Amino acid sequence: MRSFMYNLKQGSRQLWRNKGTSLTAILLITSMLVLVGVCFIITTNLNLFTEVVKQDYNEVEVFLLDDVTYDDVVLLMQKVEKQDGVVSVSYRSKKVALDILKERWGNNGYLLDTLGDNPLPQSLVVTVESLDYSAGVAEYCGKLPHTDDVQYYQQTVEVLNTVTNSVQKVALIMMAFFVLISIFLISNTVKLTVMARSEEIQIMKYIGATNWFIRGPFMMEGVLIGIIAAILATLFIGVGYYEFQLVYGKMIMSVVQSALVPNSIMILNSGIIFLAIGVSIGAWGSLVSMKRFLKV
Amino acid sequence: MIDFNHVTKDYDENNALDDVSVHIDDGEFIFIVGPSGAGKSTFIKLILREVSPTKGSIVVNGKTVNELSNREIPEYRRGLGIVFQDCRLLPKKTIYENIAFAMEALHKTPKQIKRQVPLVLSIVGISDKADRYPEELSGGEQQRAAIARALVNVPSILIADEPTGNLDPETANGIMKLLEEINNRVTTVVMVTHAKDIVDKMNKRVIVIDDGRIVSDKKGKYDHVEVMQNA
Ligand SMILES: Nc1ncnc2c1ncn2[C@@H]1O[C@H](COP(=O)(O)OP(=O)(O)OP(=O)(O)O)[C@@H](O)[C@H]1O
Ligand SMILES: [Mg+2]
Repeated sequence: MRSFMYNLKQGSRQLWRNKGTSLTAILLITSMLVLVGVCFIITTNLNLFTEVVKQDYNEVEVFLLDDVTYDDVVLLMQKVEKQDGVVSVSYRSKKVALDILKERWGNNGYLLDTLGDNPLPQSLVVTVESLDYSAGVAEYCGKLPHTDDVQYYQQTVEVLNTVTNSVQKVALIMMAFFVLISIFLISNTVKLTVMARSEEIQIMKYIGATNWFIRGPFMMEGVLIGIIAAILATLFIGVGYYEFQLVYGKMIMSVVQSALVPNSIMILNSGIIFLAIGVSIGAWGSLVSMKRFLKV
Repeated sequence: MIDFNHVTKDYDENNALDDVSVHIDDGEFIFIVGPSGAGKSTFIKLILREVSPTKGSIVVNGKTVNELSNREIPEYRRGLGIVFQDCRLLPKKTIYENIAFAMEALHKTPKQIKRQVPLVLSIVGISDKADRYPEELSGGEQQRAAIARALVNVPSILIADEPTGNLDPETANGIMKLLEEINNRVTTVVMVTHAKDIVDKMNKRVIVIDDGRIVSDKKGKYDHVEVMQNA
């Protein structure tokens, strides 16, 4: 405990002494963490959308034109039922469609009450035995009269999965780059202090101080840089995501029929991730900067 | 106890020590003399394990120094006190802080530090300078402070590489008296020097190194005239 306080005191003093470089390093690392955070936000939301869409996996929804008659619908249902792989066909009215959407939006369902005319189309909901049939059934239904559009979710899920995967890949590559650059930045900042105190380090070596004791304050300096950057980045992400939800939340909800991941969860998770990254690159960067100076 | 057994040290192509064997007992006072480039500092650096021998083995206080792992070196060095010609006090710390720092670095408690620092300051005779900064002290006083720092963790061997090199003869005499006093408190003292008058006056064991070899090792005066002229 005593040595922790010693390291903290020394570390923050050193940080303060190199205000300029420390600040530059902190800001650069903050902006990189924010980039990582944006990737994180995108992937978690995409994952959520995918989950929501998957609920409808084995359904094909055939939207009908508004001018369709009752007899047309019965005839259509009979035709579709005879298709391979079709388990059942049911009719979904405009009102039921709206109710379902409301339910899915959960707490945000009230937003739909403000809609004037119900814009949702009536449809046939075709349940298929398995995913493999959905494409064939969809193609068949699309050619029938009175039908407007066919939606089935296999495609959507696949698209979402590909997008999520590529965003994750980009994020990983960025992270790797970012970690290297940050370690370089931190090690450069800490190296200034190490050089300024190289005489002290040498004396400590002669006296018989252990390498870990000598490293302590410098590690703390690097870790402090990482922690400050992590806190700043969490603030940026929190405020930014909040604003984004205010402005685009409704729009996204109507397009993908799913709510965004709540802000509180996002802040908590990105905060933890940022801290973990910040502390490790801080410690690592300081170790790199000291390597040469500990040889005596 | 310091034991060199057929120690050779090469820096790349450059031979600094050549098949040196010597035994130093606990409580001895040893002068290491010889011309510039003879290998005196190398001898000291080998004891400190700042460098490792190319051949041979070195045993200090029962430990085979050249076989120590990196992790064992700090513990080993705690048994040694080291004084340099240029003092190497930290300019931004007071004399007290400089000496306390050597104890902090070894995780000594504030209580131990408060007891021990004034003690060594009084041994070296600069108690009244505790709160001064190094630049406010004379060369002799600075060297006393450096000796105090070397003593504060109670080493069994004190090693000094030309501790009087920057001092006028009178101040140097004071330092020598201090070192002799420390030696009388059963600390082994190994001192490298160029100063013939000091060696002659002290009448201790003198090891003469020339061109990497021990050319003379006996008690008494520094009478290796040729060597002195080269130096
Ligand atoms: N780090 C090193 N790399 C290469 N050669 C070295 C190194 N240190 C010392 N030497 C060489 O080893 C030899 C012995 O050097 P050393 O420093 O031991 O001499 P010295 O007796 O202490 O001399 P001086 O009285 O001038 O201090 C010299 O030839 C020197 O050039
Ligand atoms: Mg020398």
